[in-house]
Order: sequence, then C-alpha cells, then structure tokens
Amino acid sequence: MAKYLLIESRDPFDSNDCAHFCLLAERLAAAGNDVTFFPVQNGVLPARSGAQSKLLADLAAAGVVVLADSFALAERGICTDKLIAGVAAAPLDIVVDQLAEGRKAIWH
Amino acid sequence: MAKTTLTFALMDPPYEDARSTTALRLVDIAARRGYNVNVFAYEGAVFLPFALQKPHANAVHGLDVEAEDHPQTREWVAALIKECERNGGRLDWLNCGLCVDERGAGDSIPGVRRGTPADLWKMAEESDNTLVIAAK
Amino acid sequence: MKTLNIVESAYRATLEEQDDTIVWLTHAMKGAGAKIDVLMRGNAVSYVVRGQKVPPLAFGARQQRMSPRLLEDVAGLIAKGVAVYVVNEDLVERGIERTDIIDGPIPLVRSDLPELLDKYPRVWHW
Repeated sequence: MAKYLLIESRDPFDSNDCAHFCLLAERLAAAGNDVTFFPVQNGVLPARSGAQSKLLADLAAAGVVVLADSFALAERGICTDKLIAGVAAAPLDIVVDQLAEGRKAIWH
Repeated sequence: MAKTTLTFALMDPPYEDARSTTALRLVDIAARRGYNVNVFAYEGAVFLPFALQKPHANAVHGLDVEAEDHPQTREWVAALIKECERNGGRLDWLNCGLCVDERGAGDSIPGVRRGTPADLWKMAEESDNTLVIAAK
Repeated sequence: MKTLNIVESAYRATLEEQDDTIVWLTHAMKGAGAKIDVLMRGNAVSYVVRGQKVPPLAFGARQQRMSPRLLEDVAGLIAKGVAVYVVNEDLVERGIERTDIIDGPIPLVRSDLPELLDKYPRVWHW
C-alpha cells in the first residue's frame, strides 16, 4: 500500500477535469492506498454544500481523507460550520508534513 | 538525522494565478521548519525573483505607495531565502536559464542562480520529495 | 528514482516556445540520465495524432521560419526508450481514433491508472 497526496487547486465549476482527478483519488483508495485529497485555492469551493459538492462527499465516502486548506476557505468566506460532511479544514502545513514523509504528491 | 530537503518545480509568472502564492506559502512552511528547499523556476516562474519589480500606489484604494504595500514576489523570495538561513536550512532557487534568456528576465535578486532541466533532475534525486506545480 | 511525467496541458505557448515545454523538459532530463516515462492525458493526447502541421506564421514582414514539431518530439522520446502512455478515453472523447495516432504510444484506460502510478515512486503532473 502506498501513500498519496492529491492536491486540487481547480474547481468543478471551472474545470471538467476535477471529476477525473477525484475519480483517480477514489480508485487509488479502492486499490488499498492511503489517500489524502487536499483542495486549495478555488479547489475548496465545492467544500461548501452546493451543486458540485457531491464530488468531495463521494471521496470521503470512499475512504479518502479530504482536508481543505483553511486559508483558502477563510479567503472565500467559507466557515467551517458550512463544510459538507466528510470534509475538514486543515492548515497548509499538512501538505508539507506529507511531502516530508515522502508521500507521492500530485498537484492538479 | 539527515535534514529534510524538498524540491518544488514552479511554472507560473507572478500576478497571474493563485498557484504562485500557494507555492511560496509551502516554501515558507518548510523554511520555518529549517528544511532545505530547492526551487526550480521554469518558464514564467523565473519572474518571481525578478529584481526590477516595483511597488505602486493604488488610487482606487486611495493609498500611496507605502500604505498600499503592494506585493512583490521578489521581496517574498528574498525573505524566504533569509528565513531558511535563519532556521538552519537553505533555499536554493534555480531559474531555468533558457527561460530567463527568452524573457529578458536576467535581473534576479541575489541568491538566485541559473540552471537547466538536468539540475531539476539532480535536485529531485537528492530530495526527500518533489512537488511539481505546473501552469495551466 | 523512476518518475512518471504526466502531461495534460497541450499547445500551451508551443508556437512561441517551438516545443511543448514539458516534452522538451523530458527530453533534456532523459539526456541527463533521468529514468523517466510519460503519460499523455487530457488534451495532451492530441500530441500523438498524425498529420499535425503548423501553418505558416508571419507578423507583418517577419516570417517565423521554425515551427514546433510536437509529433516528432513525442516520437523522439519513444525512440529514446521512454515509455509513452496515452489514456484511451481521452482519445475517444476528442474524436481521435486509434488509426489517427502514431505507432508506439501505449494505450491504457483510466481504471488502469492506479496500477500504473504504483510502478513509479515519483509522479509529476504537468
């Protein structure tokens, strides 16, 4: 089992490719890997309940750890009590933690 | 225990995308921890430490140059070089030489050197991890 | 360390750069001894389509004489021993048939990606 860090800077309102990246995360988890999905920048927009939130909700349900950049959430006025179930706010330090532990890191 | 070394490959020029700021935030976190950090600046990212960046006032904000405190990525990079040193690490910032030449971006702040893709590979091989933050 | 370079962006500044900058980077790193393979996904699958040709480009009296040769550059990677994978769904979604692409790229489907990524300790997405 490998450990992956998938960082999502794009959002599904702007990029169709987000769905593919989420599907990759799901499939990596289904293959038995330990996967963290970390939305940053506009990637945090679907973390608030809305038309595209299902992507992140499905990831969480599939066993992917979904942590959204707290800086990007605050920048966009997304309070933590507005986050959908399965998504937690986290500092960007998590990314550096996981880079330092040697996870395979993929920025999208 | 060996010091942690992280490499970041960046491509975006400043003032165009949120990726540049996020990348420098990541470098900042690593710098505060005393990690060694390598940056390979490719394509437009060679302008991040461009020495001729100038701050400006902002009439819409009604602020003069000093009050506006307009962000200049060259200052952020310089501060990150110092922060790494202060914490016992080092920031090795490498600008892709051909990218510099085609853009006329040769005036970089002190501490920035020229390099090639072979240097990116070498940096990655000598690092604990490498994160590519590509332009779109 | 064996690395998979995933190329997604396509035709981004290629007319100005005379290259896809990531395909070029891969060539340069391979030349420096890198153990590196390539996965073409998204719009980048178009790089393996036969018959790509840049029309003449001029600005006033300034004729641009040298154009990018993206297909040849990808074929050159394969000739150097770089495995070049392409995502079949990305070809199909763009109306690209198997007969439209050069010989050499290794087709795979999206559900194969976890297995492919598992083979590479380092994965870079461009």
